[in-house]
Amino acid sequence: MTGLVRVRGLTRRFGAACVLDSLDLDIAPGEIVALLGRSGAGKTTLLRTLAGLDPAPPDAEIVLPHPISMVFQEPRLLPWKSVWRNVALGLSGPDPRGRAEAALHEVGLGQRLDAWPATLSGGEAQRVALARALVRAPRLLLLDEPFAALDALTRMRMHALVGDLWRAHAPTTLMVTHDVDEAVLLADRCVVLEGGRLTTDLRVELASPRRHGHPRFVALRQNLLAALGVDVH
Amino acid sequence: MRIRISFVARRLISPLLILAAWQAASWLGAFSPRVLAPPSAILMAAWKLAASGALLHHLLVSLGRVVAGLGIGLALGSALALVAGLSRLGEDIVDAPMQMLRTLPFLGLVPLFILWFGIGETPKIALVALGSTFPIYLNLFAGIRGVDRRLVEAGQVFGLDRAGLIRHVILPGALPSALVGLRYALGVAWLSLVVAEQINANAGIGFLIADARDFLRTDIIVVGLLVYAMLGLVADALVRALERRALRGRPSLLPMGSA
Ligand SMILES: Nc1ncnc2c1ncn2[C@@H]1O[C@H](COP(=O)(O)OP(=O)(O)OP(=O)(O)O)[C@@H](O)[C@H]1O
Ligand SMILES: [Mg+2]
Repeated sequence: MTGLVRVRGLTRRFGAACVLDSLDLDIAPGEIVALLGRSGAGKTTLLRTLAGLDPAPPDAEIVLPHPISMVFQEPRLLPWKSVWRNVALGLSGPDPRGRAEAALHEVGLGQRLDAWPATLSGGEAQRVALARALVRAPRLLLLDEPFAALDALTRMRMHALVGDLWRAHAPTTLMVTHDVDEAVLLADRCVVLEGGRLTTDLRVELASPRRHGHPRFVALRQNLLAALGVDVH
Repeated sequence: MRIRISFVARRLISPLLILAAWQAASWLGAFSPRVLAPPSAILMAAWKLAASGALLHHLLVSLGRVVAGLGIGLALGSALALVAGLSRLGEDIVDAPMQMLRTLPFLGLVPLFILWFGIGETPKIALVALGSTFPIYLNLFAGIRGVDRRLVEAGQVFGLDRAGLIRHVILPGALPSALVGLRYALGVAWLSLVVAEQINANAGIGFLIADARDFLRTDIIVVGLLVYAMLGLVADALVRALERRALRGRPSLLPMGSA
């Protein structure tokens, strides 16, 4: 049981459109990979296939570590369950409540254990979703634009939080983002999905803490933007 | 508080005026008590029926029929909705006949029910059961099919098996619709009861009314109607209370600015 991800020849079609075209992907154990690509490129489709929500085509080779956890673009909390019950959903093993509460403390929500999801702010709800993903001690963490709906300040706090959680748990991670800065800030590698394949694969070798103003940061950012087809001068 | 009292008072003005006019018209001989008894006579009749224990007796008999019929309708409607809602095969088998039967005016089945079940308690309970099955079935089925797919997916990702999905995601998601169905079913159940109790009953509110008709006692007839109305109101209040309790935490039921 390593944390290794290996995908070979993954093809997904919707009607005539070939969204994933014999895609290959490797992620080393514990590595954080940011997945970028224009809207409609197939990022969500890739994550859904890896998460087992869409059927994997039989001709593709897919090796994944388990358990897998996912954070969707929206929190997707069950409105009829209190916060800690949402986190404990489907949790097996001893003391699900204790583990759920510990995970909620980790994301800074120890005081909202019994709250209803509808009473949470957007950022709080997304942190609950993160706690729900982490409480299972996933070997593979799939994040689909997890911070896209948050304001800039909350997003910065979430980045710091996620950085801490990664250092503590070190799950192999594939994170979809539209935010190039976020990708360079958090990821070990940035890949760009285009035309159904990963066209760009950049290693982010920056010392932490990473700073936006650092020349290498700026250079990486420009590379990625160019790969995404954005003209930067 | 003052606003509230004056609001209640304002709402009471016209009903009280109507009652007074009704009473006055009756005293002045505008219509005979055989057509419609005055409020005073109705109050008197209600008091006598209550004091003798007859009202309670008939009430309990009627209540028993509704509870039994509704219980059967609830069980049957829910079972069918689960079968149809949770599998395509179930839908194909169950939904088509249910949709066809639904269009049948079920109160028209009374003659058949009498032929099948005789004139005892069975046709009465069966009619209530049949009437309440459809609203339960239709609403629960729609509720199950309307459950947010994204929540189901979240449950799948977090390792819920099919039973777990049904228990933690699908049924709670369908609950608001199911409760709407229950409320409709209660309404239909009362209606069916009124019709069913016209079938050769020897107890129950319907019997009370039929018996009073034979003796031209319009006061007792109105008392019976009022009891039906009150039972309906109480049942509705019960479902609302159940809803408030069962739907805690849902956005639509959160009072403004709470938590
Ligand atoms: N179930 C489906 N049926 C038909 N087409 C689909 C389906 N799911 C996705 N698609 C199409 O596949 C393409 C890729 O969709 P996907 O959701 O993976 O894009 P994405 O890269 O996540 O985009 P975004 O950044 O906007 O979220 C889109 O053109 C979309 O319309
Ligand atoms: Mg997407």
